[in-house]
Amino acid sequence: MIRILKQIFRTGIVSEPVPPVADPEIERIGVQLEAAIRQRFRRSMTIRQVDAGSCNACELEIHAMNNAFYNCERYGIQFTASPRFADMLLVTGPVSHNMEIALRRTYAATPPPKIVVAVGDCGCMGGVFGESYASHGAIHNVIPVNVTIPGCPPTPTALLQGILRAIGQ
Amino acid sequence: MIRLKNLVMNVLGPDAREDDNIAPSTVMSLVVPRKRFAEATRALKKEYALLAAEWAADETPFGRGYAVFACFRREQEYLVIKTEVPATDPTFPSLTKKFAAAFRFERQIESLMGLTPVGNPDPRPWIKHEDWPADAWPLRKSFDARKRLPRVAGEYAWIRAEGDGIYEIPVGPVHAGIIEPGHFRFQAMGEAVVNLEERLGYVHKGIEKRFESLAWEEGARLAARVSGDTTVAHSLAYARAVEAMTGTIIPDRAHWLRALFLERERIANHLGDLGAICNDVAFAILLYHFHRLKESFVRTNMKLFGHRFLMDRVVPGGVTVDIDAAGIQTILEELDPLTREFERLVKIYDDNSSLEDRVRETGILRPETARDLGMVGIVARASGLNLDCRIHHPFPPYDRIAVNVPVLISGDAHARAWIRVEEVRESIRIIRELLKDMPGGRISAPLAPVLPDRSGFAAVEGWRGEIITWVQSGPKGEINRCMVRDPSSLNWLGLEQCIHGNIVPDFPLCNKSFNQSYSGNDL
Repeated sequence: MIRILKQIFRTGIVSEPVPPVADPEIERIGVQLEAAIRQRFRRSMTIRQVDAGSCNACELEIHAMNNAFYNCERYGIQFTASPRFADMLLVTGPVSHNMEIALRRTYAATPPPKIVVAVGDCGCMGGVFGESYASHGAIHNVIPVNVTIPGCPPTPTALLQGILRAIGQ
Repeated sequence: MIRLKNLVMNVLGPDAREDDNIAPSTVMSLVVPRKRFAEATRALKKEYALLAAEWAADETPFGRGYAVFACFRREQEYLVIKTEVPATDPTFPSLTKKFAAAFRFERQIESLMGLTPVGNPDPRPWIKHEDWPADAWPLRKSFDARKRLPRVAGEYAWIRAEGDGIYEIPVGPVHAGIIEPGHFRFQAMGEAVVNLEERLGYVHKGIEKRFESLAWEEGARLAARVSGDTTVAHSLAYARAVEAMTGTIIPDRAHWLRALFLERERIANHLGDLGAICNDVAFAILLYHFHRLKESFVRTNMKLFGHRFLMDRVVPGGVTVDIDAAGIQTILEELDPLTREFERLVKIYDDNSSLEDRVRETGILRPETARDLGMVGIVARASGLNLDCRIHHPFPPYDRIAVNVPVLISGDAHARAWIRVEEVRESIRIIRELLKDMPGGRISAPLAPVLPDRSGFAAVEGWRGEIITWVQSGPKGEINRCMVRDPSSLNWLGLEQCIHGNIVPDFPLCNKSFNQSYSGNDL
């Protein structure tokens, strides 16, 4: 036990502020983030992540948003196990043919406001996989999308900024 | 010891013909008549060879029919046995009776190429879901990949356990956490799991078919996205297969940099997995600390090489990014605190009896089962199989530096975690050795021209285990076929077998201790 306590005190707090970005629009929304979550989501916004066919790189970066450096929970962002509790769907793609129905059902199971964020180059436009018998390409080909976060994969910072953008809409 | 090739030739005599179409020359290949395909592999089973992969290719552009390939591995040898299948009678003898791992490969061949494995006890499609038209065989040349598939009515025949008190738990494809999609179906009695059946294919994006519409250089970008967490190893396997096929010699410095990237990928993923395993037994503090180390580590990747996961840094012909003296210094300065912090966390893991209580003797995969199923990588090494292509089929620079591979025999979740601990230590040591005398010179070479109807084979030890990539050029030197075998294609079978008798709440832990790729399996 003493070892664990020592480890906690030795490490301290490593969470970083979200770095300011060049785009003043995002910066403005970034400042309003906590206020927006406080107001619109009663201090707690929940996200259901859906992998609709990704290569898993986007998932690694979404995981990283939860690590101590980015610490997205401090803004009131939580990931939920069920779409029934979700305010936002964070969807990675391309949408595979075999995941299309599951994605539609997840969307149907999500209560309003149903904010959909498409993550990664594949989620935004199909990426290297394109459209084929097995891939339906971009998320917006299957369900309506509010905000896109391009990148292969987008960094955790880009993800946080994209989520802020979606809330600010 | 008698070589695998000679074993088959002794049995088949003049019926087995050597195939010199495949490169590199260290990989042997034999062409055998279709009716003696299974017989040829029986001799290999007796001599303890393991099935590494089985796949098919459409060779109609060459005026031939189809071809089925089975790749066997024993110690440092790889042997590929090929048999030709006429288009008029698309069947081939199943290898499942001798090699259990063949059963899914063959279901996949039947589902995607339309060749029927005669004697395979499981005729259900794999990867191809029940709502695909039965005659949609995407890997055939006659299939138009641009057209959307119509959906038809169909039902998947699940394996059922029945009786008093047995109930069923369906899970997925959308899971509770932030992970890839797949479906698991448990039959349980009280808390104990009676049977687990996996059904995958949800993230099938048509990768193998997509390769066939790309140029060789473009293929590298696709290979890097077969499985996003293993981007370096998949890129490397593709690059090495293409280089072998074309006879391209790459500079030594590129080999060293590739190994540096490969070991960095191994460390980053093992750190992440160790954290996640601890989290699944509700020991969250180690999740946060291991992930803190991982985050710092991938940030160094970003700073020195321009990508957190080193995507697109390995390409056919070499690498796309170099390192300077200051970069080497940065890495060396990072390794000391990493080692120090890592050892502190390992000590916490090791000291904690509540954690030990959960991970020990959970999800045991016995060595004999692991061998029967042909497990690879960390899963194999946690179950007593000494398999690692950095040692047994070394690619440069591993043929010139020492690699120590940990092997444990208990086969439980703890063993799979502890293999990762040992491998992080070893990879740190390897990185130091790589940086000590990195050769100078160029970091890439132009790719030699691609000749028609040639094939290239590569086996690379990624962080999960052995990746096999096999490429074949078409009549005009284009990509005719690119087969990718992720370690997960074999190791998913192990997860099903290790879970029997465990309690349902331990499944996430068992699953995490394997941490398989869905994308790499479904392609």
